[in-house]
Amino acid sequence: MRLKHYPIDGKFGRFGGRYVPETLIPALEELERAYIDARDDKDFKKDLEYHLKHYAGRPTQLYHAKNLSDAVGGGAEIYLKREDLLHGGAHKINNTIGQALLAKRMGKERVIAETGAGQHGVATAMACAALGLRCEIYMGAKDAERQRLNVFRMELLGAKVNRVYSGSQTLKDAINEALRDWITNVRSTYYLLGSVVGPHPYPMMVRDFQSVIGREIRKQCISMIGGMPDAIVACVGGGSNAMGTFYEFLDSKVDLYGVEAGGHGLASKEHSATLCAGSEGVLHGMLTYLLQDEDGQIMDTHSIAAGLDYPGVGPEHAFLKSIERVKYVSVTDDDAVDAFMRLAKYEGIIPALESAHAIAYAMRIAREYGNDASIIITVSGRGDKDVEVVKRYLEERAASHEQ
Amino acid sequence: MSSNSNSSSNSSNSSRGGSNSSSSSRKENPIDVRLREVMGRGEYALIGYMVAGYPDEHTCLDVALAMIDGGVDILEIGIPFSDPIADGPTIQRASYIALSNGITPRKALDIARRIKDASDTPLVAMTYYNIVYRLGVERFIPMAREHGIDGLIVPDLTYEEADDVIRVAHMHGMDPIFLVAPNTSDERINMIASVSKGFLYLVSVYGTTGERDRFYEYTTNAIRRVKGLMMGRVPLAVGFGISRKEHVRLMIDAGADAIVVGSAFINIIEKRSGCSNSNNNSGGSNGSSNKGSMLEDVRQLAYELKQATRSSC
Repeated sequence: MRLKHYPIDGKFGRFGGRYVPETLIPALEELERAYIDARDDKDFKKDLEYHLKHYAGRPTQLYHAKNLSDAVGGGAEIYLKREDLLHGGAHKINNTIGQALLAKRMGKERVIAETGAGQHGVATAMACAALGLRCEIYMGAKDAERQRLNVFRMELLGAKVNRVYSGSQTLKDAINEALRDWITNVRSTYYLLGSVVGPHPYPMMVRDFQSVIGREIRKQCISMIGGMPDAIVACVGGGSNAMGTFYEFLDSKVDLYGVEAGGHGLASKEHSATLCAGSEGVLHGMLTYLLQDEDGQIMDTHSIAAGLDYPGVGPEHAFLKSIERVKYVSVTDDDAVDAFMRLAKYEGIIPALESAHAIAYAMRIAREYGNDASIIITVSGRGDKDVEVVKRYLEERAASHEQ
Repeated sequence: MSSNSNSSSNSSNSSRGGSNSSSSSRKENPIDVRLREVMGRGEYALIGYMVAGYPDEHTCLDVALAMIDGGVDILEIGIPFSDPIADGPTIQRASYIALSNGITPRKALDIARRIKDASDTPLVAMTYYNIVYRLGVERFIPMAREHGIDGLIVPDLTYEEADDVIRVAHMHGMDPIFLVAPNTSDERINMIASVSKGFLYLVSVYGTTGERDRFYEYTTNAIRRVKGLMMGRVPLAVGFGISRKEHVRLMIDAGADAIVVGSAFINIIEKRSGCSNSNNNSGGSNGSSNKGSMLEDVRQLAYELKQATRSSC
């Protein structure tokens, strides 16, 4: 069985599926039919390609990071897939444009979405503004407080931001509340999920919309390095940029690495390394890996990168871990910040802290590969949003070293 | 406490080993018996919902007994989960407080056992699938059965994913109770009704749990449609949003055999015991007189709603 053929009946092996209140089943069936119909439709494809090119700014470039490769001191050459150059500054727009076009085609006038730090909320608000859709974003009250500027950005883009005060008041609660809204307004509303998570068909559909990343990498590798790369590295929170990067290469021999947020270290329990340290369970409509306690209650997570701070992970990643096709590893806050600074210094590129996790791991393994090898890192977003967080982090680290 | 949970898991292991020894699977389930009795008297059934551990571990026992004393025919016990997506703000808050009070699935089942020891009311557990999955379907169901649970409702478990639960529940004489919604197709209702035991649970509204001022025509239309498809396989219970006598009559007149009421009870507890979201450690510390009148209000609501299932006005 080729790995690209998954999901089968909505499942990646035993992972995925549909674990939702019955009210959502007709909506998920309608969505699946509409998506498959659109996917195979020439006009839809043309429309999507047009928007990805002229609105989002695709294709993104593959950049040979020579200075960074040299700084690592031998080993593989490192290439960066520049998703940070997209409109909005992250890969998120690939998915939101696709789903917003689908919502419009389905005749839905109201779009809802969840957001953690605000990246997916902003990308959804952009796509909805561009396509004339009404848009409401659910955001945990704690996140909204931490990311006040992103709340304002979403409002500038015409979205209504609903703060969520339940539970831990972060991303997982924003998803809960978006699901509750969808259950209530299921007949008129399109739920635009932001990652390869949730009930079928979301993990498949979001992966498909993001898989443009991997298709471009393959083409660009052929012209730049004359063939396939040896390894590809991407960060994994929910896992959409990684899935979009890996999908094209699943049935190849390329080494694939998914890098999770190690936070303060896996032993500290303050991390978001779901695949490295979690266990199987059911949350947000899917069977996957979760960070949960022994009773099945979902735990609070931590990462310096807000976009990785999620206690679940896409079910296709859980599957790829179970069959050992992708190696899942983790990088701590410390190492991510270090990689963030090194890329800025050596290449003049400030990556998102999420992407910095992938950069840190690629630097770690570059020497294990030969001098003629090449490693691709997906830089999923730009780091302007993180500059303040990093500044504060460095000041606190300096202060604690002095003591 | 740990010895309790050990002994229950040990005995669940032994009953798993000798599956043909479970006499409970041959005996008729108490839910079926109770519903037949109630309907035989020309009444309709009242199912009351409570959250295990809310407002605290001890008071919830009194709440259960007040509901039963008021006339609840079947008691539904919510085992709290951190992320209850089918629940509105009232039950979310109650679940959050119960979890903050240290309620675990095992403690929730211990509470069920104590209710069962004090009353012969059939008990249904309501929880989300991760709670069942984490312990394992093969362990959770026999353990719940030994703690006096007769039926199981899992709102995020769909027909397609329920094979294990249906099989293990059948082995242990537990009723797996499924939900349908106003937008569920006739075809799915038929499929789901064929596996739902005890009763079929129709979600009355588009939305989450929580009191509503009014219902729309689509609700009564859905009750009539589902009832028409049931062909008497199991009774039809209707829940979500119901809090008043008029609602009970509305649902019964449309064809409901049983009515589920939850948030209305929890709202009374919340108001009368000073248990609120902003102050989640205060569970019922405002004195026993307050608690006494809260329990009386709970009993009174159960009584009024039960009366509405009897009268034919």
